[in-house]
Amino acid sequence: MADTVQHAAETPDQEQPWAELGLRGEEYHRIREILGRRPTSAELAMYSVMWSEHCSYKSSKVHLRRFGELSQETPVGKLLAGIGENAGVIDIGQGYAVTFKIESHNHPSYVEPYQGAATGVGGIVRDILAMGARPVGVMDPLRFGPLDAPDTARVLPGVVAGVGGYGNCLGLPNLGGEVVFDRSYAGNPLVNALCVGVLRHEDLHLAKATGAGNKVILYGAATGGDGIGGASILASESFDATKPSKRPSVQVGDPFMEKLLIECTLELFAARVVTGIQDFGAAGISCATSELAAAGDGGMHVDLDLVPLRDPTLAPEEILMSESQERMMAVVEPGDVDRFLEICRKWDVLATVVGEVTGDGRLVIDWHGETVVDVDPRTVAHEGPVYERPYARPGWQDEVQSRGTGGLRRPTGGDELRDEVLRLVASPNLCDKSWVTDQYDRYVRGNSVLAQPEDAGMIRIDEDTRLGVALATDCNGKFALLDPYLGAQLALAEAYRNVAVSGARPVAVSDCLNFGSPEDPAVMWQFTEAIRGLVDGCRALGTPVTGGNVSFYNQTGTTAILPTPVVGVLGVIDDVTSRTPMGFAVPGDAVVLLGETRDELDGSAWASVIHDHLGGRPPSLDLDHEQRLAELLVGAARTGLLRSAHDLSDGGLAQALAEACLRHDLGVDVVLREGVDPFVQLFSESTGRVLVSLPEDRVDELERTAAAHQVPTTRLGRVGERGGAYVVSGSFSIPLDELRARWQATIPEALGV
Amino acid sequence: MARVVVDVMPKPEILDPQGKAVTGALQRLGFAGLAVRQGKRFEIEVDGEVTDERLDEIRRAAETLLANTVIETFAVSVETQEQAAAQGQPA
Repeated sequence: MADTVQHAAETPDQEQPWAELGLRGEEYHRIREILGRRPTSAELAMYSVMWSEHCSYKSSKVHLRRFGELSQETPVGKLLAGIGENAGVIDIGQGYAVTFKIESHNHPSYVEPYQGAATGVGGIVRDILAMGARPVGVMDPLRFGPLDAPDTARVLPGVVAGVGGYGNCLGLPNLGGEVVFDRSYAGNPLVNALCVGVLRHEDLHLAKATGAGNKVILYGAATGGDGIGGASILASESFDATKPSKRPSVQVGDPFMEKLLIECTLELFAARVVTGIQDFGAAGISCATSELAAAGDGGMHVDLDLVPLRDPTLAPEEILMSESQERMMAVVEPGDVDRFLEICRKWDVLATVVGEVTGDGRLVIDWHGETVVDVDPRTVAHEGPVYERPYARPGWQDEVQSRGTGGLRRPTGGDELRDEVLRLVASPNLCDKSWVTDQYDRYVRGNSVLAQPEDAGMIRIDEDTRLGVALATDCNGKFALLDPYLGAQLALAEAYRNVAVSGARPVAVSDCLNFGSPEDPAVMWQFTEAIRGLVDGCRALGTPVTGGNVSFYNQTGTTAILPTPVVGVLGVIDDVTSRTPMGFAVPGDAVVLLGETRDELDGSAWASVIHDHLGGRPPSLDLDHEQRLAELLVGAARTGLLRSAHDLSDGGLAQALAEACLRHDLGVDVVLREGVDPFVQLFSESTGRVLVSLPEDRVDELERTAAAHQVPTTRLGRVGERGGAYVVSGSFSIPLDELRARWQATIPEALGV
Repeated sequence: MARVVVDVMPKPEILDPQGKAVTGALQRLGFAGLAVRQGKRFEIEVDGEVTDERLDEIRRAAETLLANTVIETFAVSVETQEQAAAQGQPA
């Protein structure tokens, strides 16, 4: 027998497993206060999952509000939907809008790398779909433990295969992302997934249930016992003790089902039979019903026994909490239901009317005619606990910042420089990532203009006008550890610059904030500083934060990961054929460095690779310079001034030159400046710098334009011959074959493939 | 020479996209009322006698490699001579 509302009222003293469900004592009491009685086990399931950190943002909410202070205008128009919707929507002109968002799927990907990563892609794609957009591309910023750690050999191939398997089956190009190794991620890899979608302005759909009498339709896959973990405590204790005591906490995805769901949903939108829509993410039906009802103007009544089940033994609590993949919920006017179901049948998508919108402001869920849930949906979805977690700058921060790279031995002379350039190029974080990216389809759909290893991914939106968007994600967690405020801004600036080098104008931001435990005041301080940095940075750059995700509790034991605020920047380009790629293109072209190089080696790849050192202060940042630099690059793309442009980041000029050479197997001949340590010129990670190449006869034009934007230029040398060498005059020379061999060998050797 | 069989199945509560695809295909071909879950079977030829120690070893092997115990279950059984012989004969 189900634990009904009536039964709950009659048995106020029945013990309930709130602690096992992750609720705190005061949270459980608050639920009792809200309801005026003890919750039924179904209600307890809903509250516990919706009030979890993952769904309620209870530790981050007070800080995330600051993103709302930012102007809701982008440099190209206003936001059509912002934070709080499934994903932000940006007007990009010509009647088009794009929506993009990054989310994390970190913990499931550690437990079961393939399925964890695969369902991470599936989840973010449904978020984009729920806005009314056609998903057109994905990107995956990934973080793993050391490349030579035994567990990385399990997690890395599994995650990469999962991302590729799901995305490739869906037919979505993977345009880029990051692969970063650091020992802090050893027991806690980060799998962040970004999706971008395109829609016409008039097709925007929002998640709300309005209009009493409208029908609630569940469509997509049947509901099974996936990912319900905690809810099984309820089921096994209050009902059937013979059930499997531990339900798995992972879900298995089915990309072919998701593909049907995408096409079906887009046809439903086109047929105008959808009033409101919500994807199923974490917390399944609990989340979809309470969020839809809370955002609407009335209530909702659902008959839970109508939900199609894959496993008929599931209890109502389990159905409410199931995280079975590839499901959506729609609110449909009664007159449109037949048409809705007909379209679903066409796509072989199971669709069931499970309830209707009501006018009484309550979310009521029945199970075989008996009421098991009767709550105010706002108390479930929006009015959960909010914590002002204590935060404090940790005592060790000063010590870390005082331990700069000043005392480290710097290379002198050509042989040492050459050796360290090669060691950096071959290091796990700077080596060739094509073992990873070659498992992803980056050209499917035929609109990929730029993809890995370019600085930004770029896709064409309109074949006739050639309008397109570019995307980049970045974060240097080492910088964020040294100074979380500046580290977050450096991540923003790098992603912004990566979009600008491609010729696209950066317009909006989505972020995925990966941190340790919010109950640790030091971590909470890192988090608040990162948000403060992002808000100030976005304000300066004029790019609003349109949405994102917070992932806490990323730690192994009590050791938190490096603070990792991954920032995704989206840019708009009027004509994708005018894009600027990253690799040297024509022998004899002039090579010029934009921006200024200072002695900034703290937190650098050089310090990490050569000396295993992390300490000091991250490089300084001038957001005004970044903006002028971006304007210069966007203008240069329009006038076709540059043959290539490549952002300088990890590994500095040494690494940027190697990557620009290896792209098309063209050498380079560089003359470093007199009077400045060649080591600093090669390895410093000063920000706001871009390596460009262009025809010799247009160098004057570049210098004039750069001067107009107050961007310093340094003539470095010339692009060399095909199959030539990476030459620093008077210092060293590395044949490209040798450079490439070192660059390519690292990952295959470590994985034995 | 004895034969040990390891049967691996997706856990009952886990989605089985392969089984689902086969179920759908059977329905389209007119085989109604058949719900399929698809697993895999390993036939292992064992040198010498199948002792309890040997079976424990095979269970460890199954846990390590043959099954992904996060999402799959497995069962280990010893195939008798008669079973093996019956399998070899046409139906």
